Amino acid sequence: MISIKNLHASIDGKEILKGLNLEVKAGEVHAIMGPNGAGKSTLASVLAGREEYEITAGTVDFDGKDLLDLKIEDRAREGLFLAFQYPIEIPGVSNVNFLRAALNEIKEYKGEDPINAKDFLKLVREKSAIVELDAKLASRSVNEGFSGGEKKRNEIFQMAMLNPKLAILDETDSGLDIDALRIVANGVNKLKTSENATIVITHYQRLLDYIVPDFVHVLYDGKIVKSGTKELALELEERGYDWIKEELAL
Amino acid sequence: MSELLNSTEIDLIDTNGFVGVLAADYKQKASKVLDTIQFPTTRTEAWKYTRLGKISNKKFTIQKGTISDISNYKISKEAYTIVLVNGMMDTSLSSKILPDGVICTSIKEAISNDKFNSLLGKNLNLENEIFHSINTQNATDGSFIVIKEKTTLEKSIQLIHILTGERTISNVRNIIISEKSSQAHIVQSFFSENANESFTNGVTEIFVEENAHLSFDKIQFEEDTCFHISTEQVEQAKNSTFTINTITLNGGLVRNNLNIEVKGQNCCTNLNGAYLLKGNQHVDNHTMVDHLAPKCESHELYKGVVNDKSTAVFNGKVFVRKDSQKINAFQSNANVLLSDEATINSKPELEIYADDVKCSHGSTTGQLNEEAVFYLRARGLSEKSARKLIISAFIDEVIKKIDNDEVKVFVFGLLHKRFDWEI
Repeated sequence: MISIKNLHASIDGKEILKGLNLEVKAGEVHAIMGPNGAGKSTLASVLAGREEYEITAGTVDFDGKDLLDLKIEDRAREGLFLAFQYPIEIPGVSNVNFLRAALNEIKEYKGEDPINAKDFLKLVREKSAIVELDAKLASRSVNEGFSGGEKKRNEIFQMAMLNPKLAILDETDSGLDIDALRIVANGVNKLKTSENATIVITHYQRLLDYIVPDFVHVLYDGKIVKSGTKELALELEERGYDWIKEELAL
Repeated sequence: MSELLNSTEIDLIDTNGFVGVLAADYKQKASKVLDTIQFPTTRTEAWKYTRLGKISNKKFTIQKGTISDISNYKISKEAYTIVLVNGMMDTSLSSKILPDGVICTSIKEAISNDKFNSLLGKNLNLENEIFHSINTQNATDGSFIVIKEKTTLEKSIQLIHILTGERTISNVRNIIISEKSSQAHIVQSFFSENANESFTNGVTEIFVEENAHLSFDKIQFEEDTCFHISTEQVEQAKNSTFTINTITLNGGLVRNNLNIEVKGQNCCTNLNGAYLLKGNQHVDNHTMVDHLAPKCESHELYKGVVNDKSTAVFNGKVFVRKDSQKINAFQSNANVLLSDEATINSKPELEIYADDVKCSHGSTTGQLNEEAVFYLRARGLSEKSARKLIISAFIDEVIKKIDNDEVKVFVFGLLHKRFDWEI
């Protein structure tokens, strides 16, 4: 589904991604772990299209399309979804109104008809239940006055509404207690199909007990340096990242 | 160029045979002021950020105008309608049947009315006020509206002003009285049709008596070649409520002077304003709330969106006099700049002489939150849609304060027409 080859990205002249390679196929869940500063959030930002980053080398093929050539909104319309690590509050912009507008712009892009009010409301009720998000919260301003857990659940609610091909969860577990974590993970799992894929960027192994990955990668100093199965995550939890640094030095 | 204009002769108007209709001795007072007053320059504090060169270098003619169709200007289908073209009442376009409990005549007819004569010009400064004086000297007509005691007006009154013609001037004068315990909603709108470089120089005097409630919407949508300077001079007696929403969506040079004297206890005053500018427009909102009596509250919220090379000014004064204790006065001005050359000058002024009060003022000016734009685009919204959504959310805080649904819908229609907003 997505094929990242030799991706180099810099910000303010400093190179963060130094030749990252990653292949994700439909139906797969990939976890990306790594120490602070390795480039995890940079990867998410670059894929979503943040304009502050400069791509100096490499390619990203997203289902046959050159992702790096697409505008931010077109990446979303092609089926890319980023669940933000720090979802922003947008006072005055209603959560459901903007989602409806977004959904319709995505449909227009695909040549489909816009969604009607009745179907849309039905969709809202259905999807907000998946993350146990109160319908009232769903109709308030985007993230305004939401607790940390509610903000993260709102990200997954949006993901459920937009039904992306590839979801990138950027440290979705940060700031969450066990209960919130469980609800978020549950939501992500319910949305998994054989047609879509998920990249879970996380610091801690704990989330991966709930969202079980098919592959675990270690991102270190701007590159994927080690890949394995979910056992690798457990090993990292036990031993930290130092042993990988040593391994690489040899 | 206007800065060099030092002539004591104000040669702005060709009266074209029209004689001002207000009382002779009152006109005389105005003439005396005009004999010696100089055209304000940017050295005059009240006009510091509003250059008047485009007005002072022209001559405007008082001229009757003809409008055939007001359907685009009717905010409310059911409202009692008064139409003033170039400051002169057009009875053929105005409503014929008066609702109960309302007096509504043209100024020309009101000259013989005692209440009219006792209140005309009561609180309006002429000294140092060139535009008030020009209006007083040359007022061709206007409307005299009285909401009689204890009347609750179910339907609104809409006061439609239309400017038309080449370099014409409207010196419209409106007097509105909400008598004791009355309740009404008035929407005053300003449009132009086939007008070029024409000038509305209007004055509206408003008297809200004891226990009366008046809700007032002012909509400005004259073409951007036109000039507009208008004053609402308001007086509130005890236990009354006055709300005014000033929505400025067009006009080349617009200056609104909103002066409210709260003379009685237990009053509530709400001033809300929204201004959206593009091109080379200039909009200047000067407001003044004078708390002359204790136990009152005032709430002021003005929000602006300034784009291209346009400029906006906000100057909000709040006075709390020495014996006006237990006053709650809140003022807020927020602005969004959408381009590098857009400018806003914001000056809140609080002068508080009492010591048991709660007063606050705030002014913010910034750009659109780019993080919010990115967030919305990352969900599939185009950049244009994302920006529009955030801007409309910003301004919506003021639009929501418009109580009357028909006015709200009309304003959204104008926003759609002018800024391509989806409602």
